[in-house]
Amino acid sequence: MSDIINFNLSELVLNIKNKKISSTEITKAYVERSDKSKHLNSYNEETFDEALKKANEFDSKPDFNKMLPGIPIAVKDLFCTKNIKTTASSKILDNFIPTYESTVTQNLWNQGAILLGKLNCDEFAMGSSNETSYFGNVISPIDKNLVPGGSSGGSASALAAKLTPATIGTDTGGSIRQPASFTGTVGLKPTYGSCSRYGIVAFASSLDQAGPMTRNVKDSALMLEIISSFDDKDSTSINFKRPNYTKDLSINIKGKKIGIPKEYRVDGMSKEIENLWENGKNYLKDCGAEIIDISLPHTKFALPTYYIVAPAEASSNLARYDGVKYGFRNEGENLIDMYEKTRSEGFGDEVKRRIMIGTYVLSSGYYDAYYLKAQKVRRLIKNDFDNAFQSVDAILTPSTPSSAFKIGEKLNDPVSMYLNDIFTVPVNLAGLPGISIPAGLDKKGYPLGLQIIGKAFDEQNILNIAYSMEDKINFKFDIKDWWIK
Amino acid sequence: MVFKYHMTIDLKTIKHISKLSRISVDDKKAKKLADDLNSIFKWIEQLNELNTEKVDPLSSIAETKLRLRKDEIKSENTREEILKNSPDENKDFFVVPKVVE
Amino acid sequence: MSKTKDYLIERNGKKYEVVIGLEVHAQVLSESKLFSTSPTKFGSEPNTQVSLVDAALPGMLPVINEFCIKQAIKTGIGLNAKINNKSIFDRKNYFYADLPQGYQISQYKDPIVGEGSVVLDLSSGSKTVGIERLHLEQDAGKSIHDIDPKNTLVDLNRSGVALMEIVSKPDLRSPEEVNVYIKKLRSIMRYLGTCDGNMQEGSLRADVNVSVRKQGDDKYGTRCEIKNVNSIKFMQMAIEHEANRQVDILEEGGKIDQETRLFDTKKNETRSMRSKEDAHDYRYFPDPDLLPLEFTNDYVESIKKEIPELPDQKKTRFIKKFKLSPYEANILVSDLDTAKYFEVVIENSDVKLSSNWITGELFALLNEKNLEITESPISAKNLSKLINLIKDGTISGKIAKTVFEIMAEEDKNPIDIVKEKSLKQESDPHELEKLIDKVINENQDKVEEYKSGKEKLFGFFVGLTMKVSGGKANPQLVNEILKKKLK
Ligand SMILES: [Mg+2]
Ligand SMILES: [Zn+2]
Repeated sequence: MSDIINFNLSELVLNIKNKKISSTEITKAYVERSDKSKHLNSYNEETFDEALKKANEFDSKPDFNKMLPGIPIAVKDLFCTKNIKTTASSKILDNFIPTYESTVTQNLWNQGAILLGKLNCDEFAMGSSNETSYFGNVISPIDKNLVPGGSSGGSASALAAKLTPATIGTDTGGSIRQPASFTGTVGLKPTYGSCSRYGIVAFASSLDQAGPMTRNVKDSALMLEIISSFDDKDSTSINFKRPNYTKDLSINIKGKKIGIPKEYRVDGMSKEIENLWENGKNYLKDCGAEIIDISLPHTKFALPTYYIVAPAEASSNLARYDGVKYGFRNEGENLIDMYEKTRSEGFGDEVKRRIMIGTYVLSSGYYDAYYLKAQKVRRLIKNDFDNAFQSVDAILTPSTPSSAFKIGEKLNDPVSMYLNDIFTVPVNLAGLPGISIPAGLDKKGYPLGLQIIGKAFDEQNILNIAYSMEDKINFKFDIKDWWIK
Repeated sequence: MVFKYHMTIDLKTIKHISKLSRISVDDKKAKKLADDLNSIFKWIEQLNELNTEKVDPLSSIAETKLRLRKDEIKSENTREEILKNSPDENKDFFVVPKVVE
Repeated sequence: MSKTKDYLIERNGKKYEVVIGLEVHAQVLSESKLFSTSPTKFGSEPNTQVSLVDAALPGMLPVINEFCIKQAIKTGIGLNAKINNKSIFDRKNYFYADLPQGYQISQYKDPIVGEGSVVLDLSSGSKTVGIERLHLEQDAGKSIHDIDPKNTLVDLNRSGVALMEIVSKPDLRSPEEVNVYIKKLRSIMRYLGTCDGNMQEGSLRADVNVSVRKQGDDKYGTRCEIKNVNSIKFMQMAIEHEANRQVDILEEGGKIDQETRLFDTKKNETRSMRSKEDAHDYRYFPDPDLLPLEFTNDYVESIKKEIPELPDQKKTRFIKKFKLSPYEANILVSDLDTAKYFEVVIENSDVKLSSNWITGELFALLNEKNLEITESPISAKNLSKLINLIKDGTISGKIAKTVFEIMAEEDKNPIDIVKEKSLKQESDPHELEKLIDKVINENQDKVEEYKSGKEKLFGFFVGLTMKVSGGKANPQLVNEILKKKLK
């Protein structure tokens, strides 16, 4: 069945439940296509043989009550997977094989999913183009010269290239939504505390959140329903009643108030993005929603705040990679020498740069000026959203300030690279849910996304808004299989 | 407190933070790093436009109280598991170069 | 309140006062670690009590042990300290082989317990020592330098065990005060059941801050911190050495560098641990994997209800109720097990006699056999019976010592011993008269001497009567009858 790979996740589940396709057929189709797609460099680790074996096992004893019965799924290589190499795309974890499973991936396997492989990403999720991976950059299936975005670039590339029916990424400052936007896919960052961080290689603990990346909104609802869970192994996991996101998915958003923050109309915003945003508003109006102008006055301070908070936490989170307990070690003359050699060779440049920034902002004499200041501004940013949500149900913004850029284009200019996350970062700082959906193409023919931001724990609402917009936008983008020889 | 002037990160500062973070940086890289960090911090300095004197810092966004765990033992005899990925062959210990105190 | 005897260092006619503050690390008594579910048991095989969290594997997160929090609050209450309803866990960042996370989770700006105080009973009177704070933190692992000649081996069994760091104000002035302070802290925590205080097993260690100043100065001198000293004796030795070293430097016109030092127990000296250029910058910041720890006043109140009688209160009660001297009371309450033993003994026995026998014979016995009171070969119940035998005149004090010795070998009921060995005191006046008549008859010459004025000989008759009776004669009656007969 050659069209297997064209089914979206929900269709696959339906077909498997109706016994129209077997797990083995699906898994084979994805393995074969992934095998032919090595050029994209989406995978860090392929577990194809094991996946086929598991698919076979599923077919011989199928359990159709599961939500992902026998569905193969590849995941970002930031999730620890039991007995499967987990590297965070870093040399320093090049040989690391966890003896444990992250809660989020365990939730997938508990619902019958099968691991297809581990997907490339920016090293320790630090990057917006998937160019910082120790295993090389990932190529976008949109165009051979394009980055897929980052840090969940391998996930976005694999998803868009149909190497996996759905995937999961992590989002610290936009790492799900930005690559989704760049590749014409749907990416959802849930409310902080929705998905457990247990077993996810940490980047910035107060910002990190796992979330689904899928071909459409309904699939995201399905994936979120599965991966979102309360976990007592994560002190920041929140015990709230999780809705049945798929069951309650609805295109009826009549009367919803949607805020348009004027501060997101940044200097030099391209006409294309402006038009995209305008169209978005019109779609929403067509659905019966009410558009309201709002203000998020501290928006422009979000990125600089993020580039203090995230590196500070990272500098501490990454201290455990010291060559003592696991991972890469470079022998040294003494302990300190070993540490320094291990860490300077084990980490790539961007990771080292961020560790240095983080170390600096926390160091004696600078803490108040930078770290404490950032925490205060973070409060102001959160207050902005709290105020806005007094009068609106959700907020609509572009996902990114531009479409995907070229490989190497921003590599030597960190600040311009960081600016890519200008619309996504405030959401992480405030701990809110945000979803990016494909909404159009720029004049080069590259996808552009719109972001819907919701109140904390109001994923159902932004899913519904996205669902109704998706229906109106009717985004079609045919990926040519140019990389398959 | 409002910091009006951008503090320049010099090579000495780079060496200091390199030491604190246990990442060795050679002189050539230090120069490039100083340039990068200076351009990043120059951009970060815009935060100084804001007066935050009366603002309460926010350190965790999860608005819940710290959850407590019962005093129960759940992981025992884990030696093999925790030493499995250790770079040295020793079966009982983690091994590091000789430390002189 | 009287002051302790001054401990001063004299040099060239000048007198220096020694100022000491302690940072005591007390291991919290709990089953599992502060942020992980591995056991805290002492003495297990290396690296067998290490969870994925303790070894800082990627993606592992801390979840706090509620019992450790309760223990810290209890200890805070025992130190008469302010309990903070909101406290924050910070990361203290530094690299070390036995610190797997690359940071220690500790409390920096906002500790769980604030200011408090401890009263010391010194030979010269009592003295109140201020407590600055108590905070919860993780213990590190252990680096072992002497197994492998080329490498340092790391055992993470202790990694993540809960510690209470109890920081005193710089209120201590002598090695002796430090001795009393540590013992008092240990006593309070053992009463509370929050720390076993076992120094050999490292459950109680201290960083000792020492500075000196000329007598009469009110400004503190520059202090040095002596790290991780694990016995009271070593603390005292380290303080003596360090104070003298500092005085020497000052007398030579030098200046004290604020630094961290290590006490070398073999050479009996302190030496600098880290060079200044490597000065630590711990980059403390709130741990983003945790939230602020918050609890209500009601919670603290409910814990207060569980606080047992503490040494100071017990002492007051002993003095008031049992008319013990402060000295005696102090000895009996300083160790919880001694106090417990005492209270069992006095349930049915005379208090004064009990106190004497416990602090006298029993302590001597335990000392000789190197035993804790909990390991005493003589149970409190049996000692109580022995004391009653003395009190009701069944046996004399002297015979009691013999019985005590037998009890020390086997914890037998003293009543049975007395019966078996026929040690019962002879208190029948008729029997005693017979005995005494015999003694008088056989020593007529001495009787004459006595009657002619050599009254010292009275003791001779008593002794002889006792001897003839095999020590069983009631000495008091013997006295009375002899007096009558020799008139
Ligand atoms: Mg200390
Ligand atoms: Zn400490």
